[in-house]
Order: sequence, then C-alpha cells, then structure tokens
Amino acid sequence: MTEKSSQHPSNFLTSKQLHKRRKAEQRFKAYGISTIIIVISVLLLLLTGIIFKGYSAFTKTEIALEIFYDPKVFKESIPKAILKMRDTGSLIRRALQKEFPDIKDSDEIRKALQLISPNARISLIRKVVEDPRLIGTTRLTWVSASDNINLFIKKPQQRKLPAYQRQLDDQKIAWIDQLRERKKLRQRFNVQFFTNGDSREPEQAGILGALMGSFYTMLVTLLLAFPIGIGAAIYLQEFAGKSRLISLLELNISNLAAVPSIIFGLLGLAVFLNFMDFPRSSALVGGMTLSLMTMPIIILAARAAIQAVPSSIREAAEGLGASRVQLVFHHIVPLAMPGILTGTILGMARALGESAPLLMIGMVAFVVDIPHTPLDPTTVLPVQIFSWLRNPEQGFIENTAAAIMVLLLFLILMNLAAIVFRKRFDHKW
Amino acid sequence: MVNCLALQTSKLEFKMRNIMEWFVKASLFCCVAIAILVTLAIVLLMLIESIRFFKLIPISDFLFGLRWAPGALTTEAPLGYFGIVPLFLGTFLITLIAMGIAIPLGLFSAIYLSQYASGQVRTIVKPILEILAGIPTVVYGFFAVIAVSPLLHDVGTYLGLSISSESALGIGIVMGIMITPYIASLSDDVLASIPGAIRDGSLALGATFSESIKRAILPAAFPGIMAAILLAISRAIGETMVVVMAAGYSARLTANPFDAVTTVTVQIVSLLTGDQAFDNPKTLAAFALGLTLFFITLLLNLMAIRIVRHYREKYD
Repeated sequence: MTEKSSQHPSNFLTSKQLHKRRKAEQRFKAYGISTIIIVISVLLLLLTGIIFKGYSAFTKTEIALEIFYDPKVFKESIPKAILKMRDTGSLIRRALQKEFPDIKDSDEIRKALQLISPNARISLIRKVVEDPRLIGTTRLTWVSASDNINLFIKKPQQRKLPAYQRQLDDQKIAWIDQLRERKKLRQRFNVQFFTNGDSREPEQAGILGALMGSFYTMLVTLLLAFPIGIGAAIYLQEFAGKSRLISLLELNISNLAAVPSIIFGLLGLAVFLNFMDFPRSSALVGGMTLSLMTMPIIILAARAAIQAVPSSIREAAEGLGASRVQLVFHHIVPLAMPGILTGTILGMARALGESAPLLMIGMVAFVVDIPHTPLDPTTVLPVQIFSWLRNPEQGFIENTAAAIMVLLLFLILMNLAAIVFRKRFDHKW
Repeated sequence: MVNCLALQTSKLEFKMRNIMEWFVKASLFCCVAIAILVTLAIVLLMLIESIRFFKLIPISDFLFGLRWAPGALTTEAPLGYFGIVPLFLGTFLITLIAMGIAIPLGLFSAIYLSQYASGQVRTIVKPILEILAGIPTVVYGFFAVIAVSPLLHDVGTYLGLSISSESALGIGIVMGIMITPYIASLSDDVLASIPGAIRDGSLALGATFSESIKRAILPAAFPGIMAAILLAISRAIGETMVVVMAAGYSARLTANPFDAVTTVTVQIVSLLTGDQAFDNPKTLAAFALGLTLFFITLLLNLMAIRIVRHYREKYD
C-alpha cells in the first residue's frame, strides 16, 4: 500500500506543499526570533555605549603644586579675598614657575597656566577659608587639571596623533610627562561630579544642582498629582453614574494621557508663568507642569486598580450598612492601594525622565547655585543632560553620559520598586 | 426616655453622615473637574493665542505657506515667513521612517512573545521591552547625536552620498527604536486578548502556527493593532527631545531622507526658548503650532481610543 500511494501524483503534490508550508512556518518563526534579538542587542548597544562614553567622568586628574600662601594676597579678611581671585591666580603662576624653571617668557607661562583648571583659584580660597593657618606657609596642594589635560590623560592614544589634530602641543605633553615622573599627577574619584552644581568648565561641572532640582520637582508633582489623581479616579469609578457626560470625561482623560508632553509645557508657560506670574525656572512651576501630565496616568492606573476589587467586598460592606463613603475609604481604596501605588511610581518615573515641557518654562537656564527651596531657579537631570550635550567642549560628552547613567540608575530603581510592589501586594482574588 | 435619646443622637449622626458624604463627594468631584479644566485650558488658551496670531498672519498663509523663516523680515513679509508645510513635511518624513522600523520590529516581537515564546523567554524579554520603553527620550537623543547620525554621515561619505549629520534618516531610525517597545507592548496586550478558541480552531483544521497567526489571529486583532499604530504615530509626531537634539533648525522643503529637516516640535522649542515679549508674533506662532499639533494628535488618539473601546466590547 505504501509503495503505491507515495507514487500517487496528488500525494506527491501534498508533500511538496507541506514542505513549503513547513518552510514558511520556520521563516515566520525566524523573523520573530530575529526581531527579539535585534531589540535586545539595541538595548545592549545603548547601555554599553553610554557606559563606555561615561565611565571616565567618574575620575579626574589632579596636579600637585608647591603653593606659597602669600600673606600679601590673603592679608585682608577672608570674604574680601574672594573678591581678589586674580591674586590667587598669581600664586598658581608662581608655583608653576617654580615647578618648571625653564619657563622664559609670559607666553610660556600663559601656556603653563592652561594646564590648571580655571576653578583652581576658587579652590585655593576655599582651602584658606577652611584653614586660615595656611597663610604664610608653603604647601604641596593638589588642584584639578584643566579639561584638555583631563581628556589627554584618559585617552593616551591622542599622543600618537599629528600635532595639528591634538588639543595639546608638544611642550604641554612634555610638562605632563615631567609632572608624572615627579609623581605630581594623579587620578582621583571625581567627588565634585556629585557635589557641584553646573559649571562652564567640564572638569568642575557636577550634577548636584540638577539632582536637587529633580527632587523638588518630583516632590511638587507627587503632592499635586497623587491626591487629585486618586480623587478623580474614585469619583469616576464609584460615584459617577453612566451618563453621556461621564463617558465624555473618560474619553477626555484617556486622550490627555496621550497628548504630546510639549503641549503641557505651552500650558505651563502661559498659565503658570505669564498669567499667575510664578518664579521662572523654579521647581514649583516645573512640578506643577509635570503634574498635569502625570495626573491622567495616575487616574487610569487607579481606576484599573479600583475596578479589580471584587464585588463581594462591596456587597459585604453595603450589607452591613456602610455608607458609600465608608465603603470606598474603609475597604475599596485600601485594597486597591498597591495597584494605585504601582501606577503612581511608573507615572513618576516617566515624569522624572521628562524634559520637553520643562524647556518651555525656562528650566534650561544655566544655574550654578544648588537650589534650596522649590522656588529657586534650577534645572533637572534630563534637562541638564540636554544642555551639557549642546556644549562644544569635548569634556562635556563624558559628563553627559555619566549623568545619563545616574538618571537611568534612578529610573531602574523606581521600576524595580514598582515590580516588587506588584509582586508583594498583588491580591489574587 | 433612653430610647428616645438614642434615636435622637443617631438621627443627628445620620444627618452628620449625610453632610459628610455630600462634602466628600463634592471634593472628589473637584478632582475630576481639575482634570477637565486642564483640557479646557489647553484648548482655550491655544485658541486665544492662535486667533491673535492669525490677526497678524492670515490663516491661509500659515496652513499652505511653503516657507518657514520667522526671522527673515522682508518687505514682502514684514513679520517673517510662517508657512508650516515644510515643518509638517519634515515631521511626516521622520515619522514615516520611524514607523517603517517600529511597526515590523514591534509587531513581530509581539507576535513572537505572545504566540511562540515559552514562559521563560517571556519573563526575560518582557522586562527588557519595559526598560527600553522606560528610557527617557533625552537618552535616545544622546544616542542619535553621538552614535547614529555621525555613523550615517561617515557611511554616506564612504559611499559617496551626502548624508547630513542632522539627517531625517538618523533621527527616524532612533525614533523607530524608541517607539518599537511601545508598539510591541500595546500589540502584545491586543494579541493576548484574542480568545484562544480562534487559534485552537484554526490549528485543529490543520493550519500551521504561522498560518493560524496570519489567517485567524491577526485579522481578529487587526483593529487593536491599528489602534496601537495610530497611538504610536501620534507619539512620533509629538516627540520633542530626540528631534530638538538631533534635527536642524532651518526649514527646508524636501522629501529626501538624507537631508537635514526640522519639525513642528523643534520650532515650538526654538521659538519659545529665547527671551521674547509675550505678544511677539514668534511667540504667538508657537501657540498656533501647538494648536495644530494638539488637533492632529487628538484626532489620532480619539480614533485609537474609539477602536479599542469598540473592540474590547466585542471580545469581553
């Protein structure tokens, strides 16, 4: 029987067709697998790229100089010394001349000064303010090197380039080698990246200002969006009937969650800044603007969580004579809380990474001071990333990538918290 | 006597309770009212500012003008050129490229995850998609500026093509990657909501897995997937940071993906981030652009929401 039927023309056709269908099946599955691989490799590429660009920002180069803390410069009381920054510059110049005795003219001394970060002058004043006994002594003091030196030390392959492609000329490289031989050059963990505000000098710029700004902004957002969002969700889910108006409201909230964020920025600019005249660039206005776009997300999450509470609980409470408000606040909201909190954390994570609406309300301004209240002008972490990337100095690229690493760390922590929450408190009714 | 007193206090308590109930209900309603006020404020405000703008620049010049140059003051156009056609051309070019990447990638990963993948693969890949979806847009902008655009520029020079370092292609690719997880998770939800009986029926009739997916599941899921795509398009059109960081500022009337283009959102940002008087035509133009953007995305969102609702009722 088998002999005969396998030679039958129609069977021959089927097996050929089957083969084709099986191939198609395999092809289809391969498409699926390859898209997954593409997505995963893009994520890996993105993360490794950022780490590769950014890890070097966590270290910085310092140079040791024999600084003579000249009493002539510091003879005035300390606060006045701050006004005389140029004079501390002269201390650095003298120390450099002592370090490199072969320096002849003022051109060369100017070149040598470019080894040192311009902010070193301020750090000398700070040292004296901390310890006035330094005045009149000569001490070996570590000061931060300038941006170009910093980059050169981190990327030694620059040395092989022809002179016109390098940031440093031969003399500076020779000086660096001398310093290294005398053990007056070191790499340190870049504490200032976490303790400084913004700066025009990449080696001095830090993210503390942006971090505090983000903190205050998120605080304002949470305080506004969380209660209003929950309240609106409770009303829509428990008190509103099923009228046409209510369904229009629901449509409106679903749409609000998908409105481009920049539109909320326009609203914030026109209402909070121009109409209500709140302080520009402040965390207060930023938080208010972001709360407008976080609110619909919280409302949608809270409604879903409230909806998931089984009706047996409702019926039991009502059967015992609880009023509507008692039912909602004693039973339904506490039971829906884990779901609501998960949605809130995810909404806040989105707000933390948001920058477009904040550009509109002036949070892109250059602010050196670290904000102490929500009313102070400030920036936030994602906007700081944006404005650093626009800087032409090479050194800011590593700062940008490092700031992204910090931002992603916070976002991953928030997402993990949401996942843990969901796992821990998830009721299976 | 005692009974009477008890009755009286409980009556009083009941009254208090009713007042409390009313009060709580009213304050909850206020919360809803705020959510509505936001929408009303957006629409009203942008309408008012746009009307002020259209008093200066005729609406037909705005909608059909082929030149966008707010700074160029000539005798022909003393306030500058405000034609949005080149802006929308740039926006749609970038959106088209992004969709060309995001739709196949997102859809296929959703199909694979919901139909083929084992539970183990799902528990690994799902969070990866969530991480990708949670990465802030500035990070994608950084990626475009530092990696993708320079790479394309170099490849272009190598091949003898002139690819601008602010090309629509580079931005579109990055935006496509950004939107992929969004489409994937939305379509994954849609595919998961298709009753298993549809697939089982198709398999029982002898169809292979891929045939069941193509002939039975996808047609059933089609409206939901369309809704996902519409939402994704709306997001691509309204996306700001990637384009502000990686796109150019000068508007050009071009459909060449290798050219630098600008978008509606880039122009809103560039018009408003300078220090200008509030009734300057440039500032007003930003609100007119915002209004246009709002209406386009509103239309897309409403269509998507409507499809999803209709369709949810069908299978629930």
